[in-house]
Amino acid sequence: MTEQTIAAIATAVGEAGIGIVRLSGKEAFDIAEKMFVTKRGDSPKSLPGYSARYGRVVDPYQGRTIDEAILLVMRGPYSYTGEDVVEFQCHGGVVVVQKILETALRLGARMAEPGEFTKRAFLNGRLDLSQAEAVIDVVRSRTEESLAVAVDQLEGSLSKRISAIREQLYDLVVRVEAIIDYPEDDIPELEVDEMAEVIRTVIGELERLIATADQGKVLREGLKAVITGKPNVGKSSLLNRLLDEQRALVTDIPGTTRDTIEEVLNLRGIPLRLIDTAGIRESDDVVERLGVERAVQLWGEADLIIHVMDGSVPLSSEDREILARTRDKLRVVVINKSDLPRVWSLDDLDARDLGEAPVVEMSLLEGELTPLVDAVVGLVSKGGIRESTASQAIVTRARHKTALEEAKADLENALETLSMGLPLDLISVGLQGALEHLGEITGETVRENIIDRIFAQFCIGK
Amino acid sequence: MSLHDRYDVIVVGAGHAGCEAGLAAAKMGKRTAVLTLSLDNVALLPCNPSIGGSGKAALVREVDALGGEMGKNCDATLMQGRMLNTRKGPAVQSLRVQLDRKLYQRRMKYVLETTPNLFLKEGLVTRLLVENGHAAGVKLQDGTTLYSDVVILATGTYLDSEIHIGEVRYSGAPQGQRPSIDLARNLRDLLPIVRFKTGTPPRVNLRSLDYSKLSKLEGESPLEGFSFETGSIEIEQVPCWVTYTTEETHKIIRDNLHRAAMYSGAITGPGPRYCPSIESKIVQFPDKTSHQVFIEPEGWQTNEGYLSGLSTSMPTELQVEILRTVPGLENAEIMRWAYAIEYDCLDPFSLYSSLMTKEIAGLFCAGQINGTSGYEEAAAQGIIAGINAVKYLNGEDPVIIPRSQAYIGVMIDDLVTKGTNEPYRIMTSRAEHRLYLRMDNADARLTPLGYELGLISEERYAAFQKKQEQIELEVKRLKETPVGGDTETNIILRRLGTAELRHGVTLAELLRRPEISYAHLGELGELPELPENVRKSVEILVKYEGYLKKQEAAIERFEKMEAKLLPENVDYAGIKGLSREAAERLNMVKPRSLGQAARISGVTPADVNVLIIFLETQKRGGSVDE
Repeated sequence: MTEQTIAAIATAVGEAGIGIVRLSGKEAFDIAEKMFVTKRGDSPKSLPGYSARYGRVVDPYQGRTIDEAILLVMRGPYSYTGEDVVEFQCHGGVVVVQKILETALRLGARMAEPGEFTKRAFLNGRLDLSQAEAVIDVVRSRTEESLAVAVDQLEGSLSKRISAIREQLYDLVVRVEAIIDYPEDDIPELEVDEMAEVIRTVIGELERLIATADQGKVLREGLKAVITGKPNVGKSSLLNRLLDEQRALVTDIPGTTRDTIEEVLNLRGIPLRLIDTAGIRESDDVVERLGVERAVQLWGEADLIIHVMDGSVPLSSEDREILARTRDKLRVVVINKSDLPRVWSLDDLDARDLGEAPVVEMSLLEGELTPLVDAVVGLVSKGGIRESTASQAIVTRARHKTALEEAKADLENALETLSMGLPLDLISVGLQGALEHLGEITGETVRENIIDRIFAQFCIGK
Repeated sequence: MSLHDRYDVIVVGAGHAGCEAGLAAAKMGKRTAVLTLSLDNVALLPCNPSIGGSGKAALVREVDALGGEMGKNCDATLMQGRMLNTRKGPAVQSLRVQLDRKLYQRRMKYVLETTPNLFLKEGLVTRLLVENGHAAGVKLQDGTTLYSDVVILATGTYLDSEIHIGEVRYSGAPQGQRPSIDLARNLRDLLPIVRFKTGTPPRVNLRSLDYSKLSKLEGESPLEGFSFETGSIEIEQVPCWVTYTTEETHKIIRDNLHRAAMYSGAITGPGPRYCPSIESKIVQFPDKTSHQVFIEPEGWQTNEGYLSGLSTSMPTELQVEILRTVPGLENAEIMRWAYAIEYDCLDPFSLYSSLMTKEIAGLFCAGQINGTSGYEEAAAQGIIAGINAVKYLNGEDPVIIPRSQAYIGVMIDDLVTKGTNEPYRIMTSRAEHRLYLRMDNADARLTPLGYELGLISEERYAAFQKKQEQIELEVKRLKETPVGGDTETNIILRRLGTAELRHGVTLAELLRRPEISYAHLGELGELPELPENVRKSVEILVKYEGYLKKQEAAIERFEKMEAKLLPENVDYAGIKGLSREAAERLNMVKPRSLGQAARISGVTPADVNVLIIFLETQKRGGSVDE
């Protein structure tokens, strides 16, 4: 049992009645000790194998209770994996389960690789040889599925940003390596300030990526969505229709910092946190009630904007302004009241303001909601979140986040090395490390890329 | 069969790979024949009269640490030396020396001639004898046959080689020598062969240069040599010279590209990207208005000079014209034309990490025949092939040096795991653990192995142990000796340009400051009498301790995967769960370990998982194959 302790969510996210977070490895009990308080007051660490305790899962960093739960303890080798195993069985819900997993990770567990519990079970002799093939199937199919998700994400906007960051880093690393490996060729020297600047820029971008593209956050808190539009276009009908449509209302979270209520709903596995400004229901006019400034701020905070327009009345300057001001956001445009005669067409809108936002023409009064849901799900999927593999996506994402954080740590080391006036070969350790961590996300072989790029960029050799 | 025809080991070729292979096998007690096309061309340096440089210098040190000859031979015959990259960090400093070509050859030949068990012979091998899949000896052009259970091919660029000078092409070999055509044909029937290309620049008479237009490049003296046994070198050195090509040069080349063998379609094999011809540089980097040219003297007693940077496959009259446009070379007399050369070599996928071929037991290959380029790369493979030939004869496990322990390991692993589509050159960027693979610790990394193999003498081993002990003691002393906190010390520190100390620290902590060197510590207290190389190692070990520790941890993780050995005779196509591509690649490479398997392109993490489970089933005595 020399392997690191691993953790994962063992139930499908958001759908199941209970949620299970499972840990396996030599530190499983130590971690449980720090994040579970039994009702009886006995120590999780001291529990005998195959025992269960009712109690609270706590976040030791904030000293807060996450959820009430049952702790299940199995001692190696008498467990599924053959290692020490603990399970937290809680009420389910995306928020809670994800929070428990994250706490375990912060306490030293590592995110399990796909099929890793099964693999460990086999390697520790808990499954007999006749099951080897089945184990291979599990490990194989799950790993491939996770790779498929990774590839999907590759095509999304997240990966585009990672690629852009990697390019900047490659440019630097390639220069460093060319200078080191070809000392007699006239390759321009690198100035300390220039290097520091690139490294700082990349660290900044990684930080932004870690903060915004932290897709775990999306699943944990829901995608922040705002319904907007001028008065009387049908915003409240849309909200009510969406609330009717959803399969399971996850929870009501009272707004703690502002005067709004957030409705969390589950749209085909994508948790959507609708910012339900009281305005939508009461005065039906966000802009009027909250003022333009607040409306703009709300749009700024939103992950997704659903812009509702009325196709049966002439376009107003408000419509155009909202469209122009939300240009950079993930948007779906709904043209409501298709049951009435249309008085304007899409061509009347500024094509640049509309951009690539999907447009759904419908009647919120009587039409099917499916095209709108398709558009929202499609948009979110393209941004890197797949509805059908929501549970897989968490795994991948958590790993991506770790990779990004490790890359950032490496760059911080490189920056420190640089600021201490230490030589290039030491600085390059952090730079290459960062590239390799980013490469983990895309599965690229960094070393050969560097060499190819050296030859492509510099005229080298005699 | 008389005793004269029977050897334990036959080495074909006496270039840098062949010499090291022969010496290693003979020193390890095997009766070894080394065959060369010409006894006057042992250890020939057909390209630059220069050895070392980034990555390559570390290889030479590693060969020396294992008990090889290249380092000693360089130290004894160099005309100039410089330490490159001194300000770029401890791991990438590298020695580069200019050699007297003839002296280099003469000394190496003498070493071979005087080594017991080694028989240096002239002869052109025409055929490899193979019996039941085992190497059995070689047939020579003169009609003789030599028998052995091990043959090491170190044939360099001579296999069916063809020289190109503009539109002219002929069957030939470097420096006016004979190619080896029959053997090449024979090998094509036995092994997978590819065709590579490389080239050289013109050689000129140094009396014809205008030195007022050239800048001078002096060497460094005293110089720390390549070999552990050499110590400091203090000789009078010769300078090299530097000039640059001009717009005019580039115009001539651009206008006549169709006449270069490289671009006319005459040459089909890929050339090395790090060693481009001047025409390639101009085509690929059209924005560069000039390219560096180094003029390297070829010996003390010759006026021949090598124009490094002007390698070309242009016709002769254009070579003359090109030189006319380069400042200082306007009236240069060309003594040897530049040429490109195409030659046969093995697809390195056909080799095991031991450098034995997968097809023919007892057949080893080393040097350019394996798709590499460079004297240093060749020598490093040579010594490994020699060692493993002996291991094979003794029925022992081959010596496989992991990537984490030496550039030799990086190079061989790259070749056999990833193959190569151009002549392969070592680069420090190829190593994952560069901070550990330094010139200064090559002995610490490999000399114990060299000693164990019987390639390092008792005296040298004792000296090595003494050096390690001195390093250890001095590091310990620096870590335990307090310093500072008093006015007197602070006055000295201020003078050294470093911050004052408010309270005491250890000497080691002070040495970690970038602006403080080991020598500076001498101003704060007496330093023990220690050789320069010991001081250097101590300084590196203390100054960069944090970084080195991290690297050690990374090496430990890396070596864990390398230690998980895969069985030798597995048909990967029979393992359920492997993708077809992975199975094909695994069958081709036949990796030694899980670590190596994971580095094969086309083998995914899912495939590695399947292999882990396969290994476990093997351990339990079951099987998942069908």
